[in-house]
Amino acid sequence: MTEAPPRILPVIDRDSEAYWTWGREGRLAIHRCGDCEYYVHPPVPFCPQCESRKVAPEAVSGRGRVVTFTVNHKAWVPGLPVPYVLALVSIDEQDDVRIPCNIVDCATEDVTFDMAVEVVFEPSGDLWIPLFRPVQS
Amino acid sequence: MIRFAEKNTAISGVGMSDVSRGATRSALALTVDAALEAIADAGLTRADIDGIATWPGERADGSGFSPVGCAALQDALRLEVNWYAGGGEAPGQYGAVFNAIGAIAAGLCRNVLIFRTMYEATARKTAYANSLLREGQRQAGPFSWYAPYYTYAAALQQALFFNLYVHKSGITPEQVGQIAVNQRRNAALNPKAIYKTPISLDDYLASPIIATPLRLYDCDVPIDGAAAIIVSRMDVARGLRNQPIRIEAIGSSMRYRNSWTQLAELDTQAQPRVAEMMWGRTDLKPADVDIAQLYDGFSFHTINWLENFGFCERYGAKDFIEGGRRIALDGDLPVNTGGGALSGGRLHAYGAVHEACTQLWGRAGARQVKGDPRICATSTSGGPLAGAMLLVRD
Repeated sequence: MTEAPPRILPVIDRDSEAYWTWGREGRLAIHRCGDCEYYVHPPVPFCPQCESRKVAPEAVSGRGRVVTFTVNHKAWVPGLPVPYVLALVSIDEQDDVRIPCNIVDCATEDVTFDMAVEVVFEPSGDLWIPLFRPVQS
Repeated sequence: MIRFAEKNTAISGVGMSDVSRGATRSALALTVDAALEAIADAGLTRADIDGIATWPGERADGSGFSPVGCAALQDALRLEVNWYAGGGEAPGQYGAVFNAIGAIAAGLCRNVLIFRTMYEATARKTAYANSLLREGQRQAGPFSWYAPYYTYAAALQQALFFNLYVHKSGITPEQVGQIAVNQRRNAALNPKAIYKTPISLDDYLASPIIATPLRLYDCDVPIDGAAAIIVSRMDVARGLRNQPIRIEAIGSSMRYRNSWTQLAELDTQAQPRVAEMMWGRTDLKPADVDIAQLYDGFSFHTINWLENFGFCERYGAKDFIEGGRRIALDGDLPVNTGGGALSGGRLHAYGAVHEACTQLWGRAGARQVKGDPRICATSTSGGPLAGAMLLVRD
């Protein structure tokens, strides 16, 4: 397999920094309300459930399930290895927190709806990119 | 008594430039063509135009997505207007129309020139695909969450939503393919359409997979072209040469999470609440609709709208479009009668409004729907964006 082109990185700010950097320690950071425990994603320092401002990043289990996915077959740029899987994964802690990702360590034809997955991180530039793979344990 | 501002407005004229896979003239020249045609169609002159609106406004990024904005067109035509607006944060492409309705209601304008210009066919000859991502540049905004995952085009997010729809509804590729086949059949009767050679269901099934379940023939075709409409205050419209096409009701709501990842109902996209709003502003019902020009950036959008407008029940579109008879020009509900964006070209919902008016005015020639259609539902959408309009010729 040829090497994939470099991943395009997101602009990060004070709200999204933990999400894209805590992977260095193997942790997936999702903002959570310190008062009502609701997870707020994308990260905003305000809880839409209880109006608390005590919302801060917290490590979650990194386990989730595939809400939906697509197998991409088109080489959008030269050298892009295909096929690959783009998915939305919801975290086990809260169903309405959905994370875009590639599913890795899994044949594209083996990815299914509701598949149990776990996070792995890939370093890229100064960030740690969350990816998911089938649960191995 | 007028309860809703849109009921005091009407489309009084439409225009469209040449539409091609590679223009020999500039984007602004095409825009001028469409604008002048719409103004003349309404029986107006440049001096009568007192407002301009467009979506999403000028984007000087070389993508061809929106190369012309209000200022460029205003100066080209030397219009003198009381109000203008071009901006992308709106209920989809029809946001420009909804803004114009507000401006008319506020007493700012009588005749608003609304336009949409695309130059993507030419742009793609110099840039790679329609890449949302730029190598070496960091991605900001709502797509930043997708940026590291080789999410180069909107087709990928849409494929995520549509795959879930397929999973939940059980629709088959043979059923989905009826949208593309029907629209190509209609396009054959539309002199301005890009692709006029009929395709069979087998052709559809043989077209390459872009990203499951999207096939090439599910995707609209990037073009160079411009469309324009004139929205007039009702009393003004009544004195003009065309019978007014009333804007009977609009759906413009954002009563859901406006997010490409957290939108609650991924498989129906943002449309249900928007359609609900539109039907809440009229006494008309889905059964009253004669024709439908439904957004078809991808054929699944059209399938979504059939359900979300209430032409069939949730996950009932597969039966509704089975065999293609109901949505054909002579069917119960003719859909995307000019070929839509799939075969007609991606004028991004403004091709749909143009076709709606062409049909309602009885000017559609060989593709004219029989029975004097008077009521058209039309829509735009994409992920968390959605807008809807019900158009009526009395």
